[in-house]
Amino acid sequence: MNKIMSDKRIIAMYTLPALLLILTLIYVPIVMTGYYGLMDWDGIGAMTFIGLENYAAVMTDGAFWSSAWHSFLLALFSVGSLVLYLGVSLVLAGNVKGADLFRKIYLIPMLLSSVAIAQLWMRVYHPTNGVMNRFLTSIGIENPPLWLSDTSIVLFAIFIPIIWQYAGFYIIIYYAALKNIPKELEEAAKIDGASPFQIAYKIKLPLISGIIKVTIVLAVIGSLKYFDLIYVMTDGGPNGASEVMASYMYKLAFRTNDFGYGSAIGFFMLVMILIVTYLIRRATATKDEVQY
Amino acid sequence: MKKKAFVPFMTLTTAALMLAACGGGGNDANETASADENNSNNTNANANNEAANNAAEDQEEVTIDFMHLWPQGSSPDHHRIVSDIIADFEAEHPHVTVELEVLENEQYKNKLQVVSSSNQLPDVGMTWPAGFLEPYVNGDMFTPLDDILEEDGLRDEFVAGTLEAYEVDGESYALPLELNIAPVFYNKAIFEEHGVEVPETYDEFLEVIDTLAEAGMPPIALGNRDRWTGSLWYMYLADRIGGSEALNSAIDRSGSFEDERLVEAAEKIQEMVDHDAFISGFNGLSDQEAKAEFMNGSAAMYLIGSWDLPNYTTNEEVPQEFRDSIDFFKFPEVDGGDGNVDNWVGGPGVGLFVSEESDVQEESKAFVKHFAQEWGKRSVEEAGVIPGTQVNTEEVDLPDLFVDVLDDLNNANDITLFADVQMSSSVAETHLNMIQSLFGGETTPEEFAETHEEALQEDE
Repeated sequence: MNKIMSDKRIIAMYTLPALLLILTLIYVPIVMTGYYGLMDWDGIGAMTFIGLENYAAVMTDGAFWSSAWHSFLLALFSVGSLVLYLGVSLVLAGNVKGADLFRKIYLIPMLLSSVAIAQLWMRVYHPTNGVMNRFLTSIGIENPPLWLSDTSIVLFAIFIPIIWQYAGFYIIIYYAALKNIPKELEEAAKIDGASPFQIAYKIKLPLISGIIKVTIVLAVIGSLKYFDLIYVMTDGGPNGASEVMASYMYKLAFRTNDFGYGSAIGFFMLVMILIVTYLIRRATATKDEVQY
Repeated sequence: MKKKAFVPFMTLTTAALMLAACGGGGNDANETASADENNSNNTNANANNEAANNAAEDQEEVTIDFMHLWPQGSSPDHHRIVSDIIADFEAEHPHVTVELEVLENEQYKNKLQVVSSSNQLPDVGMTWPAGFLEPYVNGDMFTPLDDILEEDGLRDEFVAGTLEAYEVDGESYALPLELNIAPVFYNKAIFEEHGVEVPETYDEFLEVIDTLAEAGMPPIALGNRDRWTGSLWYMYLADRIGGSEALNSAIDRSGSFEDERLVEAAEKIQEMVDHDAFISGFNGLSDQEAKAEFMNGSAAMYLIGSWDLPNYTTNEEVPQEFRDSIDFFKFPEVDGGDGNVDNWVGGPGVGLFVSEESDVQEESKAFVKHFAQEWGKRSVEEAGVIPGTQVNTEEVDLPDLFVDVLDDLNNANDITLFADVQMSSSVAETHLNMIQSLFGGETTPEEFAETHEEALQEDE
């Protein structure tokens, strides 16, 4: 076995196919996107080279920055919701009755496709027949909010299903990590007279800090590039009130036929996400891993 | 938040690749299979013919690639007519095989853009008029069809004004298959119940709205998340106040959007909103959701294109009682306005183009000509689609509502093309966004006009 694995040709044979796929499907398009961003191109006819004009335009495009702000808010909310998931997982990982059932319940949204979730929540938010407003009227609220058409709340109304959609995913991750902590540590702490809160805060959380960091990065990246529910539920509207970066990019490239500018925004997003990821990793870096 | 978030986000181009890849699935395989079947039958027939009369008709076998957007699942009638027309054509031209690719509307648009950028347009396909078609023509993707329009008086078979929507610099680039106008549909039963009559002026219209709204019946179903739906209302008001010339001249830049007649139309929209004319939450509802309200009898009126006529006439899935209670009226006049009540908002839908790069252009042109003519003969009766070619209402067997619309269409004084189709795509995007915020009360009529004017100027 060792002999085979040290043969360079064999290594190449095993890794090349995957490498080629990643290169052609991911990295080449990224470079091409950056290149298209330098062009004035409607996606159909001939391209004209215009240098950095598109990228300069991104800088002063109010609609883009407003969509970037919405994406940033989503990232903030997603990270905030991680605290909630962590709490739920701590409870589930303790020996609660029916933990198994709850875990499955939390996971169900993960099994639905985005479009199905969007359709479901559009029913929930329907201004007159929706579950939400039916309930609000039945308890005596006369003019319940118009969830998806009121520009001041549409963004937050749409955050709820997005966060709900991924709850199961993070809970599973945390649950698995917490279950991996050796029982002896908890028992030893109990003998020393630690309260459940102290056990969670001083022992369990530090032990899974690596996982927590990973989930923060996942949540931030996922939010910054988020597209699906927004595209189906509001299409970024009304008048851009729920637009995020990815939906704005899609609109420019495929609706207004400004492929060059759309590509510039796509590339810009990539750079932004790389920077943010780097910053998060630096901010959460610790010298040594906690071990007991 | 996705599982594979470590992989850098999906870039524009991978998205495009995926769209293209998705587009190939599903229907495709079946279509090709059935086309192949036809092909083998035809070649057999061809061989027999040749053997029989020993003719030296050694025409080369050719294949026309044809992309359309009426899948069997969602548009069975359209799909059947298309297949029949193709079978006819293949029988008449034994050396030609038509290969089909069928996609849903949105996928179709995306795929067309993706294949055009790699110069792989199908030989024949469908396009929308004006703003959609223009970049393709400017990129030399479509070929002019004037030569076949001059043959056998084909040009005169089309309803006056429809071909113009596919013209760029005086040359026609597609043959229209659909033509629609937008009447105000209303529920007679609801009107009777609340004792209101069909309004003839805008003031009467407001009274009808008030009566209905006070009785707790939402007057108008509007799904303004789709935005072009609200645009129809604005266009009609602009037309009734300033005539078709006011809006058209602002868009073609012979006039200005800050024209006071266009501002007044915007004021009237907000006046209607203030009178609770539209269903609650309209800016967050899709057109489909709004239509559901109208079809459930929980809204009295609904302004939509005549493509919806089958729902009110022939569609067996809609209860007979509801279909019987639907009628339409022309958009009311505005006192002191210049608009003619026989002016309509509307326009052609999809049309057939032939690719400039096609290596079977001659056959493709013959095919689109054959298609447009056959489609015109069958589409109204069999699929409820008003074709771009003229329909003789005395010859066809149609429900009254259909005949009324067709007659009104034949008597139309002027048809203003949907604003978002008329405008270039970036101006259209501004227009549609401004429509949403005008209806939502987040912008004033003056700002509405000003933003349009800026976008139009920038685009010049």
